[in-house]
Amino acid sequence: MAQFLSSVPELMDAGLRGSRLPRGRALALRLGAVAAFLALWSLLSGAVVVLRLFNPIFLPGPWLVFGSLLDMAARGQLWIHLAATLERVALGFGTGAAVGVALGLAAGHLPPVRNVVEPVVELLRPIPPLAMLPMFIVWVGIGEASKVGFITYATFFPIFLTTVNGVRQIDPLLLRAAQSLGARGLGLFTRVILPAALPDILTGLRLGVALAFFVIVISEFIGAEHGLGYLINDGRNFFLVPQMLGAAVVLGLLGYAGNGLVRLLERRLTRWQHPA
Amino acid sequence: MTTAGGPKIQIQRVAKSFGAPGRAMEALGQIDLDVAERELVCLLGPSGCGKSTLLNIVAGFLAPTSGTVLVDGHPVSGPAPERGVVFQEYALFPWRTVTGNVEFGPLLQSRPAAERRRTVDRYLDLVGLRAHADKFPVQLSGGMKQRVAIARALANNPAVILMDEPFGALDAQTREVLQDELSRIQRVEHKTILFVTHSIREAVYLADRVVVMTSVPGRIKQVFAVKLPEVRDRFAQEFTQYESDITRVVKEEVAKVRE
Repeated sequence: MAQFLSSVPELMDAGLRGSRLPRGRALALRLGAVAAFLALWSLLSGAVVVLRLFNPIFLPGPWLVFGSLLDMAARGQLWIHLAATLERVALGFGTGAAVGVALGLAAGHLPPVRNVVEPVVELLRPIPPLAMLPMFIVWVGIGEASKVGFITYATFFPIFLTTVNGVRQIDPLLLRAAQSLGARGLGLFTRVILPAALPDILTGLRLGVALAFFVIVISEFIGAEHGLGYLINDGRNFFLVPQMLGAAVVLGLLGYAGNGLVRLLERRLTRWQHPA
Repeated sequence: MTTAGGPKIQIQRVAKSFGAPGRAMEALGQIDLDVAERELVCLLGPSGCGKSTLLNIVAGFLAPTSGTVLVDGHPVSGPAPERGVVFQEYALFPWRTVTGNVEFGPLLQSRPAAERRRTVDRYLDLVGLRAHADKFPVQLSGGMKQRVAIARALANNPAVILMDEPFGALDAQTREVLQDELSRIQRVEHKTILFVTHSIREAVYLADRVVVMTSVPGRIKQVFAVKLPEVRDRFAQEFTQYESDITRVVKEEVAKVRE
């Protein structure tokens, strides 16, 4: 059970939970912070223009960035890039999650599988996934397969590791209780091991979603014709800073939404941890 | 399915050592014990005497180093639904509601939903938790959790129930309430129960027979048949007499551990 605080989002949540502000006030503070950030950004880019600090093209104000986004949206261009990125993330993350959870459950539950899989994972894991991107391109070419495969590869690790951890941390007493109630084989697996490991699996999925958006951008820098990463790289080539920042904003929103979706799933599936 | 007239549980020359051969630590000496159908037998002894080890062997969680355990004449080779277990730490499934926990056994046996509901209702009524049917274990007190665990074991209709210091984690008052409840349930259900405890009072209150064990390696030191009425009074003179008789025997063993 993921009661320890293992990631930055969890630490942040714990901090927010600790303050126990009423809902409305918390929301007001959050929106206020976003507004303050936009205001500061506007102020800075305005100052650059007024004080002639450097070429204002380097730091366009938020209005220019959102203007560029609206422009791309109106011309339909934004949706093509957004769809390309989303499709890659969905396919890559979906495969990574399926393989990570399945292999993690097997390795967590069956010592022989663990002894085969874990050393390989432990050898590959310290290599930053990005170091493997050129390999993927060499192996499967520059097309979709290498991008999707790369996300699968990168997201596999956190999901696999948290799943193994979740299975191995199951209270042996629960397994004994289940067995003496007649649970064996597949029944034991689906009715006890899976639900007991679920909180950890969901933590892994959340880390995986974040990582998927992290690595897709870089793989879209190389040899892509669509995608938000392509938009950023294209913006760099043609010095379209608002386009670069716009794509980054969209990526930020996507990552935020992805995290929110998994959180929603967590809240639904692990309601038993904090019932009303 | 019962061997006619034969004992429900037969523990035959069961011994258990832990650790590598040669340097093994003997936990259980040789134990021979029969438990009759509908009998409640308490295993009593100083902590570390191997009483829980013996229970775990009967449950099938541990294999004995030598000897066998028979239930209804069939040798025990692993945990099975015919032997329900109630643990000191409750071991409820935290992701299942009270109802979900109680119906776990019937669910595994693919009992139809209507029958499961009847079973759950019956046993939740028996332990007085009908009103808490939809709660999750985190929402329950220790005493309530243990009631759910007892209902869960009963709902699976096992041949025998093994209880490993089930009330050991509860405060003194809750403990007595649950002893009362178990005594009442036993008058209704007439289960064959092997009950591990280190409380002499609890043993005298619940047991048909009290088996006092020696300190390590655990052997049977003495067996007391408790000839008291079904409904017992903790302050009756006969009750306290049993208590002091058994206390004397247990103290000898505790003293040995201290030496």
